[in-house]
Amino acid sequence: MEEFVLETNNLGISFGGLKAAQNVNLKIKKNEIYGLIGPNGAGKTTIFNLLTGVYQPTEGTFCLCGEELKGLPQDKINHKGIARTFQNIRLFNNMSVVRNVMVGLANQPEYRCNLFESIFRLPRHFKVEKEMRARAKELLDIFGLLEDRNALACNLPYGKQRKLEIARALATNPKLLLLDEPAAGMNPHETEDLMNTIRLIRDKFDMTVLLIEHDLKFVSGLCDRITVLNFGTVLTEGTAQEALNHPDVIKAYIGN
Amino acid sequence: MNFITNLIGGLSLGGIYAMIALGYTMVYGIAKMLNFAHGDIIMVGGYTILVFAASGVHPLIAIVLAVVFCVGLGIAIEKVAYKPLRGASPLAVLITAIGVSYLLQSLAQMIFGSGTKMVRGLELGSLTIGKLIINVSTIVTLIACIIVMVGLNLFVKYTKIGRAMVAVSEDKGAAQLMGINVNSIIMITFAIGSALAALAGTFYLMRSPSICSTFGSLPGIKAFTAAVIGGIGSIPGAMLGGILLGIVEVFANSVPAIAPYTDAIEFAILIVILLVKPTGFLGKKRREKV
Amino acid sequence: MNFVKKYLTYAIIGALAILFGALSIAGVLTPSYQYLFEKISISVILAVSLGLVVGFLGELSLGHAAFMCVGAYLGGKISQLIVEGLGLGDSNFLVFILALVIGAVSAGVCGFVIGLPALRLKGDYLAIVTLAFGEIVRVIFTNAKVFGGAQGMPTPRFDRKYLFVIGFLLVLATIAVIQNLLKSKHGRAITAIRDNEIAAKATGINVTKYKLVVFALSSAFAGVAGVLYSYSNFNIQPAKFGYNYSIEILVMVVLGGMGKINGSIIAATLITFLNTKLPLVLTGELAVLQNLFYALILILLVIYNNAPALKGFREKYNFKNLINLIFKPKHDPAKVRDDAARWDVVPTKISMDEVISTDVIIDNYGDNSADIGERGGNK
Repeated sequence: MEEFVLETNNLGISFGGLKAAQNVNLKIKKNEIYGLIGPNGAGKTTIFNLLTGVYQPTEGTFCLCGEELKGLPQDKINHKGIARTFQNIRLFNNMSVVRNVMVGLANQPEYRCNLFESIFRLPRHFKVEKEMRARAKELLDIFGLLEDRNALACNLPYGKQRKLEIARALATNPKLLLLDEPAAGMNPHETEDLMNTIRLIRDKFDMTVLLIEHDLKFVSGLCDRITVLNFGTVLTEGTAQEALNHPDVIKAYIGN
Repeated sequence: MNFITNLIGGLSLGGIYAMIALGYTMVYGIAKMLNFAHGDIIMVGGYTILVFAASGVHPLIAIVLAVVFCVGLGIAIEKVAYKPLRGASPLAVLITAIGVSYLLQSLAQMIFGSGTKMVRGLELGSLTIGKLIINVSTIVTLIACIIVMVGLNLFVKYTKIGRAMVAVSEDKGAAQLMGINVNSIIMITFAIGSALAALAGTFYLMRSPSICSTFGSLPGIKAFTAAVIGGIGSIPGAMLGGILLGIVEVFANSVPAIAPYTDAIEFAILIVILLVKPTGFLGKKRREKV
Repeated sequence: MNFVKKYLTYAIIGALAILFGALSIAGVLTPSYQYLFEKISISVILAVSLGLVVGFLGELSLGHAAFMCVGAYLGGKISQLIVEGLGLGDSNFLVFILALVIGAVSAGVCGFVIGLPALRLKGDYLAIVTLAFGEIVRVIFTNAKVFGGAQGMPTPRFDRKYLFVIGFLLVLATIAVIQNLLKSKHGRAITAIRDNEIAAKATGINVTKYKLVVFALSSAFAGVAGVLYSYSNFNIQPAKFGYNYSIEILVMVVLGGMGKINGSIIAATLITFLNTKLPLVLTGELAVLQNLFYALILILLVIYNNAPALKGFREKYNFKNLINLIFKPKHDPAKVRDDAARWDVVPTKISMDEVISTDVIIDNYGDNSADIGERGGNK
C-alpha cells in the first residue's frame, strides 16, 4: 500500500448547518506539488483551516504520514509537520526578517532551551541562539533575503514578504507545506520566479506542497495533480490537464 | 415585603446601570472602542445640575441643561481625542480614553474642589402603599428607564439613523460604501450615549445627593461590567446586564453579612460569565478571519 | 561599543546604588531622599513588569496594583509573624528575603490564575477581567480582619539606610530577568504573539503557555514591588492599591514608550520624582494641576504616537532625530551589528507595495461563513 503524506477521509465542517466543506478526500503523495482550486467561496481556505487546526472538523478525519491529527491544537499540528502561509500575509511585522524565521525554528528539538536556561543565560542559551541564527541565515539565503535580514518585516516589498512567510513556514521543518494563494497580487515575472522557488523547495527540502491558487496557468504549470472544489465539495481531481477539461469544472467556472 | 422593596429598588438601580451601559455598548458597537471616560460624563452631568440648581434654575430645566451640556461634551471629546486615533491600535484608543477620564476628573476637582457637595432640589419624597414605603424617585427612575429603553429600541429599529447605526456596527467599510456618513453616525452615537449618561447621573443623584470628582467612577465601572455581562455591543444585552447587576447589588446589600463584599460579588459574576460565555449573554461572536 | 551599550542601563543603576549607598552609610543622605529612592525603585519594578505585558505581549492589564497588593500583604504579614513569633529584631535580612519570595510567589500565582482566562479572552475582555480582579482584591483586603481591614496593616521594618540599596538591586534583578527573557527565543515568541497571534499559532508557538508565563512573571515582580512597598511604609492600606494606582503604572509604561524597557525606567523615575516634589511646589488649590498635567500628557502622547494622520509628522520630529541632531553619531556601515534592526521599535513606514497588497486581499477574500451562507441559499 502506498504511503500518503496527507490523507483526508470525508473531511468536512458545517457552520450552523451550512456545510462549508464536506466529503473532502485528498490523497497527497510524497514530493508532490498538489493544487487546490475552485471559485471564490468554494471552501479552499476552509480546508487549510481544518488541516491546521484553526477550525475543528465536524466530520471526517485527516492523517499526516499515517498519523491521525484531528483534534490537535494549531501549535501541536505545526509540531507534527504541517506548516502554512496565509492568503493575506501574516508576518510578525515589528520584528526583523531574521527574527521572523528564528521564531519558526524555535520548536526544533535541536534548538531546545527552556525558560530557566534563557533567563539565567546558561551556556545552552548562547549555543542555541548562535545555531538558530546561523540556520535562519541559511534559509534566508535560499530565498534571496539575506541582505534584508535586518529590515523590519513590514518594510519588505510585497514579493519578499510572501517569500519570508514561506521561509518562516519552512523553518518549522514541516512534512507538508500549505500555501494559500502564494501568487496573489504578483506580476507575471514574480509569478514565474515563485514557481521556480516552489520547485526549489520541493527538491531541496524534500517537501510535499499543497497550494491554493486562482491563476490557472500557475496551477497547470506547477502542480502534479489538482483537486477542484465547488460549494465545499470535490468536483473532480487528477492532473491539471484532466481536471481543467472536465465538463463540471468548466461549468463551475464559466456557467452553463 | 422587604423582598418587593428590594426588587423595586434593584430594578431601579439596574435601570440606571442599564442607561449607562447603553452608552458603553453603543459606542463599542459603532466605534469599536471602550470609552473609559463614559463614567465621568455622569459626573459632569451631576455637577452641571449642581451649578444650575444652586443658581435657582428649576430642577427640570437644570436636568435638560445638563443633558445638553453632556451631549456637547461627548461630541467634543470624540472629535478631539478619539477621532484622530481612528484606525490606530485599540490599545492606544483605550489608553487615550483613560486619559480623558483622568482629565475630566481633575478638571472637576480644579473647579469644584476635592470635597463632597450636596445637590438640593431633586428630592421627591416617599409613597406609602399599604405597608410598603417606596421612594417616589425609585418609581420615577424605573418609569424613565423603561421609556428610554423602549424609545431607544424603536429608534434603532425604525429610524433611518438607527438603521444606519446597525449598519455601521456590522461593517463600517460597507456602510460607508452604501453612502452612510460614518463620522456623523459615530458622533450621534456619542451624543446619545452622553445624554443617557447625564440622565443616569440625575437619577443617581436622586438616590444619594452627594457628588465629588469621582462620582461617576463606580457606577461607570459597574455599568461597564453590566455591558460586558450582557454582551458588549448588544443593546438588549446592556439592559439585561444592567438590571441583573442592579438586582444583585440591592439584594446583596440587604444582607448584612455579605454587604461589604457586594462589589466583589458583582465583579466575580463578571469573571465567571466571561469564562463560561466569553462574549457575554447576548454578545455576538466575531470570528477572526484566517 | 556594543558591550557598553548592552550593559549601560545596568551600569548606571549599579553605580547609582553604590554612590547613594555610600552617601547613605556616611549619613549624608537624608531620610526623605532614602524614601524617595525606595519609591523610585518600587515604581521602576512595577513599570518594567507591566511593560512586559502591555508592550511586549500586547495585552492590557488594568490590575497591576492588585498583584502588588497581594505581595505587599502576604509578604508583609508573614515576615511580621515570623519576626514576632521568633522574637527577632527589625532589619533581619533573611526574613526580608523570605518575604520577597512569598510576595513574588503569591502574586505570581494570582497572575497565573488571572492569566487562565487569557486562554479564552483577549484584548478588551482581558483588560476588563484584570480590572475586575483588582477591585475584588481591594474589597477582600478591605474586609479581611486578619490584615487590619480598611485601617490597614502595620508592616515590618528595615533599616532605611540600606532599604533603597536593596531596592536598586531588585530593580537590577527585574530588568535582568525581563531583558534576558525578551532577548531569547522565548522573547521572540512573545513578541510574535503580539504582532500576529494567528500566525504565531501556525508557526508552532504555544500561545497559552507564553501568555501564562508572561502574566505570572509580571505579577510576581509586582509582588516583589509590593513587599518593598510594605517594608518602605509603616502601614499599608487596601485603598492605596485601587484602580487609580494601576492606571498610574500604565501611564509610566505609555509615557516611556510601549515596548521600551529603558523608556519605562526613565518615565517611572520621572513620574515618581515629580509626584514627590510637585506637591511641595503646587500646594493647596494648585495641587490638582499635577493630575491635569498627567492626563494631558497621556492623551497628547498617545495621539502623537498613534494617530494615523500624524505619521509624516512623527517621522520628521521625533526623539531619535533630536538626539541625532545633537550628537550626530558617525554611521559606520561596516560596524552594523547583525540584526541591528531593533526588535522593540514600532515602525512608521509603510511601503507602497504593502498598500497595494491590502487591495488584493480585499479582492480575494475566500471562505467565510457569510459567503457560504449566501451560496448555500442559492443551491
